[in-house]
Amino acid sequence: MTPAEILDSLFGRSHRVESGAGGLLHGEGLLAHAAGPATRVSLIGLTQGAALGVDGALALAQRVLSVVQAGERNPILVLIDSGSQRMSRRDELLGLNEYLGHLAKTLMLAEQLGHPTIGLLYGGSAAGAFIATALATRVLVALPEARPAVMDLPSMSRITKLSLELLRDMASSTPVFAPGLANMELMGAVTERWDPGRPLDAQLRRLLDRFAERSQERRDQRAAARGGRLKAAAIAERVEREALRDG
Amino acid sequence: MNEAAPQGGEPAAPRRTGARDPQLSSWFESTARQRLAGLLDGGSFSEILGPEQRELSPHLRQFGLPPAFDDGMIVGRGRLAGRTVLVAAQEGRFLGGAVGEVHGAKLVGLLRAVRSMAADARALLILFDTGGVRLQEANAGEVAIAEIMHAMLQARAAGATILGLIGGRAGCFGGGGLIAACCSGLIVSEQGRIGVTGPEVIESNQGVEEFDAADRALVWRTVGGKHRRLIGGADAFAEDHAESFRSAAIALLERPCRFDLEVTVAEHARLRERLARLGDADDAWAIWARLGVADPTRVPDMPAPEFLELVARLQDERRDAR
Repeated sequence: MTPAEILDSLFGRSHRVESGAGGLLHGEGLLAHAAGPATRVSLIGLTQGAALGVDGALALAQRVLSVVQAGERNPILVLIDSGSQRMSRRDELLGLNEYLGHLAKTLMLAEQLGHPTIGLLYGGSAAGAFIATALATRVLVALPEARPAVMDLPSMSRITKLSLELLRDMASSTPVFAPGLANMELMGAVTERWDPGRPLDAQLRRLLDRFAERSQERRDQRAAARGGRLKAAAIAERVEREALRDG
Repeated sequence: MNEAAPQGGEPAAPRRTGARDPQLSSWFESTARQRLAGLLDGGSFSEILGPEQRELSPHLRQFGLPPAFDDGMIVGRGRLAGRTVLVAAQEGRFLGGAVGEVHGAKLVGLLRAVRSMAADARALLILFDTGGVRLQEANAGEVAIAEIMHAMLQARAAGATILGLIGGRAGCFGGGGLIAACCSGLIVSEQGRIGVTGPEVIESNQGVEEFDAADRALVWRTVGGKHRRLIGGADAFAEDHAESFRSAAIALLERPCRFDLEVTVAEHARLRERLARLGDADDAWAIWARLGVADPTRVPDMPAPEFLELVARLQDERRDAR
């Protein structure tokens, strides 16, 4: 789906969105309900496969902070079809880690202050951009065409010195390293998959209705239940328990 | 003239390890366990889920790589100037300190613990030494980094102080750089490097014209500790030994920084101002000149005491919001 199709399916005509440079998008939509007033949903987006650099991260963080400062505690929806972090000497010189971290922090702050934060992954996303946007929301949903990745297999082959053929072989038997939506679902990163064949507004309403319950789930517990990360939740629990034992 | 001598702009060679006093041997050259021994009060470290538990990575064997009994992450408890602290140290010698499933989960557990500890004990130190996500278990590592960031900010919102110490061989790159940005305070040495995309990866993706990773002086002044300290990417500068990191950590623990709206707004202003003031500079030298450094080319060779004086002269407290 395109962002326009997604917004139409979510809000009908009740949305306004501005697109900026570098694939950035922001605005809001009104989610209608059968009874009662509509829910104002604040929107930010990183679209068109854009890479995320210092300028884009700061601009998106500004939008999130404005929503938080407005004090409505309304849902924030993050639309994502991005590349990775922007790879340039300038971005590193200026401290890209702080800018990406800051964007993630604004989303996590919003969550702590009571905004339901939802990522909607409808295209690609990789590495630092994926962490600073999609993985910084409380609940990440995905459309079937989503393509999350840490790194593509050819680059991985270059760095690990393993043949592409071998990596493709291994990718079919383990979800732990190969790109793709199904693998990220098994890791617990993606909470649920939405069906583009049905209206998205109903799917968003259903998610918001159960948001409190959904946001209690930990990613590592989900990963254990789905069989994608068999050790993470148990290790974290043991360390937590032992650290508190005589501390 | 020694051909192996560092060229101008590169940090002085780290001191050799093996010095009897762990507080004075090179942080850069030390193992994670040596760093912990030198940092904490003598003999106070006790490890949680240590190597004897053999909690190995379940994924490395299929890549033909030998696992480590601690998965390159050492977590535990100790004392710093008498105060109880939790500590996590990455072992850069094991797969570049990269974050895998078990490695990440150990830190997640420690962060969840610090959140519910008594108010006077809510302190955690992370000794970074990492190239980022471990590619052989990339998806698990990536999600672990997000879990770490969520747990850090929940702990900080509950009042925990989380300090990052950066001066290891692998630096602090990839997701490690994002985790560092979530700390309440950062201490960096000259040898410490902080970034997201490493110079080699930029060069291989964008070409040598974009970033010549073989130009060591360029690398150090773009991502190295002095540059990070000067632009406000770190709160304190340490010399390359545990004693210096230790005194910087003791001082920073006295400056709590709770994660809330106010500090996030202040950080936003700090980063916006940096971009407006320095965003069109094409090299660290130009940035340092704009910050008021009289002779930027001297910075890399400047001894620590002189560099600290320079920092004190140039900076105001507002830069520290993070």
